[in-house]
Amino acid sequence: MIDTVVIPLLKIVIVLNATLVAVTYMVLLERKVIAWAQSRLGPMRVGPYGILQPVADAVKLMIKEDITPVRADKWVFTIAPIISMVPALIVYAVIPFGPKITLFGRQVSLYITDINVGLLYVVSVASVGVYGIILAGWSSNSKYPLLASLRASAQLISYEVAVTLTLVSVILMAGTLSMVGIVNAQYNQHVWYMFAQPLAFVFVLIGGLAETNRAPFDLPEAEQELTGGFHTEYSGMRFALFFLAEYANMIVVSSVVTTLFIGGWLPPFPNTPVLHFLYYVPSWIWFFVESFVFLYMFIWLRATLPRYRYDQLMRLGWKVLIPLAIANLVATGIVKVLVS
Amino acid sequence: MGQAIAFYTLAAFILGFAVMVVSTRNTVHSVLFLVMNFLFVAALYVLLGAQFVAVIQVLVYAGGIVVLYLFVVMLVNLKRPPEAHQDAHRHGAFGFWLSAAVLIELVVIGIYGYARPAAPVAAVAAVPAGGNTEQVGWLLYTSYLIPFEIASMLLLVAMIGAIVLAKREL
Repeated sequence: MIDTVVIPLLKIVIVLNATLVAVTYMVLLERKVIAWAQSRLGPMRVGPYGILQPVADAVKLMIKEDITPVRADKWVFTIAPIISMVPALIVYAVIPFGPKITLFGRQVSLYITDINVGLLYVVSVASVGVYGIILAGWSSNSKYPLLASLRASAQLISYEVAVTLTLVSVILMAGTLSMVGIVNAQYNQHVWYMFAQPLAFVFVLIGGLAETNRAPFDLPEAEQELTGGFHTEYSGMRFALFFLAEYANMIVVSSVVTTLFIGGWLPPFPNTPVLHFLYYVPSWIWFFVESFVFLYMFIWLRATLPRYRYDQLMRLGWKVLIPLAIANLVATGIVKVLVS
Repeated sequence: MGQAIAFYTLAAFILGFAVMVVSTRNTVHSVLFLVMNFLFVAALYVLLGAQFVAVIQVLVYAGGIVVLYLFVVMLVNLKRPPEAHQDAHRHGAFGFWLSAAVLIELVVIGIYGYARPAAPVAAVAAVPAGGNTEQVGWLLYTSYLIPFEIASMLLLVAMIGAIVLAKREL
């Protein structure tokens, strides 16, 4: 009873709360990092060094008037932000933060569950998240959001194909679809897949950027082009949900990239006896540090790179990433057959 | 016992959403109910122990095919034909006899379905005891290789056909 119900429930509560707090503070992190990249300081007034800024943001968004356009489809308008947010949160069920550890005399695994099709679950849940964007734009009953949502969803489904094809080569190397299995395979094969599959690593990063509508692929929400994109008609807490869903997706992509390519909870060079002192740092701390590096990289890219035009974006997805992903897959297969 | 409860709950949701698909006025709502239907069917697959098929159902069907349906429905502004506003039950008798015929057919298949001969499976290769994905992969590439290849050819032909139909000049 305790092992099957109470402990997973506790894990879910902890993970959900941690995610929501992390997502809220991502807002502050982004503003700070972009500010530092632009030689200024960012939010500094609310709390020491602006630490309480997300609280101020949350309060502001919650007390804002909740406007629903008159001719909008009420039900779909209401559930579109929810459809955007929920997939970003339920992916955490399969992300492994660490191996089985002993906590208070019990064997507790630092992941909510380990299903044997874990990676496919991540990809499929991400593909359901597209509905939030499509429905947001359509239900607003207004030109700009509809156009923007169609562009955004076309971008998302194109890059989904590229990312899924790239992930197949990682699956080929690991021999399993389960996330915990992939981390263990990296331990057993003595190599982080970032080094064994550098092309796949780069493609998944690019695809992950495009999947979460982050710069330089953020045309769907570029204010200068589309007056706010698919969330133009949303105000107050609904807009906050979209915003937070985007950051949650970012954290999910960072976590997945960490698990697949950097060995998840494994310290660097996990098999060399010389560096065994690194194991004193808890596994989940390694996971968070590595995810944080990727999050920082996402924000850094936003501060640095200009935006892709839409046709360039689609050309990159279909004409460049997909053939290269297939080539990578073929090469991986050939190497695997030759080596074994 | 738990399985039965889960199955009947899922089946009730699936049938409920299926009824809403055909009975709602708004086409986009209809497509959304279809998505919910597919998600619950994926849950049914998980109940049956076919996790791989469940995830593929969500990924391909609910997350890919219905998105394309949604695009079409959103962009093609379908208006109801003028006759539809007259009498909702104008085809009542025809509908009744058609559904009765389908129901009788289903009952007959259900009764006599158990007595059908075993389907010929050509040279089933030894399936390794692995997870779901490995077993599906083995079967697809050994026993059912030819149907698999034909299905992929069919998809390729459909793709080419769609491009030919949609391009203005080739």
